[in-house]
Amino acid sequence: MADLNKTMNVAEIVGQLESGMTIGVGGWGARRKPMALIREILKTDLTDLSIVAYGGCDVGMLAAAGKLRKLTFGFVSLDSIPLEKQFRQKRQQGTFEVNELDEGMVQLGLKAAAMRVPFLPTPVGLASDVLTHNPHLKTVTSPYDDGAELVAMPALRLDVALCHVNKADPRGNSWIYGPDPFFDEWFARAADKTYLTTEQLVTTADLDVKSEAIRMPIDRCHVNGVAEVPMGAHPTSCAPDYGIDVKFLKNYSAALSDEEWAAWVADHVTGKDQAAYIETAGGADAVRSLPLPVF
Amino acid sequence: MSVANTPHEYTLAELCIAAAAEAFRGNGEVLATGIGLVPRLAASLAKATFEPGLLMTDGEVYLVAEPVPVGPRQGYEPKIEGYMSYERVFDLLYTGRRHAMVGPVQLDRYGQTNISIIGDYAQPKAALLGVRGFPGNTINHANSMFVPNHSTRAFVEGEVDMVGGIGYNPARWPGGKKPEHLELRKIVTDLCVMDFGGPDHQIRVVSLHPGVTFDEVQDKTGFPLAQADKIATTAAPTADALAMIIRLDPHNLRATVFKDNPPGVRAA
Repeated sequence: MADLNKTMNVAEIVGQLESGMTIGVGGWGARRKPMALIREILKTDLTDLSIVAYGGCDVGMLAAAGKLRKLTFGFVSLDSIPLEKQFRQKRQQGTFEVNELDEGMVQLGLKAAAMRVPFLPTPVGLASDVLTHNPHLKTVTSPYDDGAELVAMPALRLDVALCHVNKADPRGNSWIYGPDPFFDEWFARAADKTYLTTEQLVTTADLDVKSEAIRMPIDRCHVNGVAEVPMGAHPTSCAPDYGIDVKFLKNYSAALSDEEWAAWVADHVTGKDQAAYIETAGGADAVRSLPLPVF
Repeated sequence: MSVANTPHEYTLAELCIAAAAEAFRGNGEVLATGIGLVPRLAASLAKATFEPGLLMTDGEVYLVAEPVPVGPRQGYEPKIEGYMSYERVFDLLYTGRRHAMVGPVQLDRYGQTNISIIGDYAQPKAALLGVRGFPGNTINHANSMFVPNHSTRAFVEGEVDMVGGIGYNPARWPGGKKPEHLELRKIVTDLCVMDFGGPDHQIRVVSLHPGVTFDEVQDKTGFPLAQADKIATTAAPTADALAMIIRLDPHNLRATVFKDNPPGVRAA
């Protein structure tokens, strides 16, 4: 019997997506975002996407490109650049539906989806405007003697999750080698299908390192495709391989008018494969030497 | 004469750091999270001096045995004593063992806080970060605030434009009953230190920074403030505290907190 081989390229992964889908994006802010896949989405006519994310320039680019129908988020930030200007502009224009939640509620929603329950109870959100502005959120009363009123955080079921990892094998096993795996594993469990990009495609035997097995939060049974994309998180960081490209992000953040945005897309996205894109960012040596952020 | 007794000069930023550190006094073994430079230095100062039991991260995922100096590390290696990934922060905060000091853009008379948007929710005048973890933090554990620009824009007259952090507003509480773990502690600003010790948790001025009057604070606040029985002058940082602040902030990033880095004692 042939062994599992889930290898794909980024175009093939994005080819699995459909307009109107709910897509979870792993990573956090300006850290370990699957940006090669986001740029690939920008090249397509995909539209009306519902995005769930601990948001950074993934959200900003999709918003700027008019791909967003709805955003489920707790924040959007570029870390050292606290406010994400592309997101801000589109949010202020009201161009997409806003499902603004506490960060912990996002995680609970993903967990509920993963556990295949309709909701998980939590006090989080009570007494805040998260409930005011999300009238679809309901409360429940504890059936026990305490009678507590709790928010019934609904499952955030995803059609697809997209994540970027440091190493993966063709079977879909993966290492996240940065210090924080963020919530990628919950995105994967909450999704019907999960696609990974990886800095490096390795053999299963290469992952046979007992002390490192704790760096494998995503179970391969959730993984449907793996694409090798070196520097695939750029301009976000992928610790320990490279840091956040603050200069690149500032340039991106300044492309706010329609003309500037079109020029930015033409310069960095249109017709560019990963190698050509990295050249627009100063080349592989420059990207690989981006210092890791100090927080 | 010992160094500790020598009169010394200090900046407003240093005064605020020392005053904000006091918010962590007596906290014991809780995760102290300071968001932003002054809160982080405040929590660090508390841990490094009078509150060694505090848990603290390196700003990312490692719990550290001693606070990590801010800015470029210059060879300094964090003294790791544990692990606190972002997921684990949530697991911990639900237990209540945390005290966060945050920097809201707006704060109202109930202590409700906003970092989401300014203006209309559907088409805001300014979109900021989003609620982040404010709703969960405030319903689960102690919170304090640092507001560097004490003004009616920050301390708004009505409710904040988007209530992220919850407060002492019975109209919003389920069943009108205070959420059990809601506890707002201190507010440190460029003018004063306040708490929630007035009638029905009304915000109350407890100390004024040197040279500041209550009337000035009230004028710059969009709602009526209570006054402590005896309003103190905010204590100057001790020489030892100043020395520790310099160690914790070796690049003097604190000089950028306030325009022109004013002294802690106002010029007459």
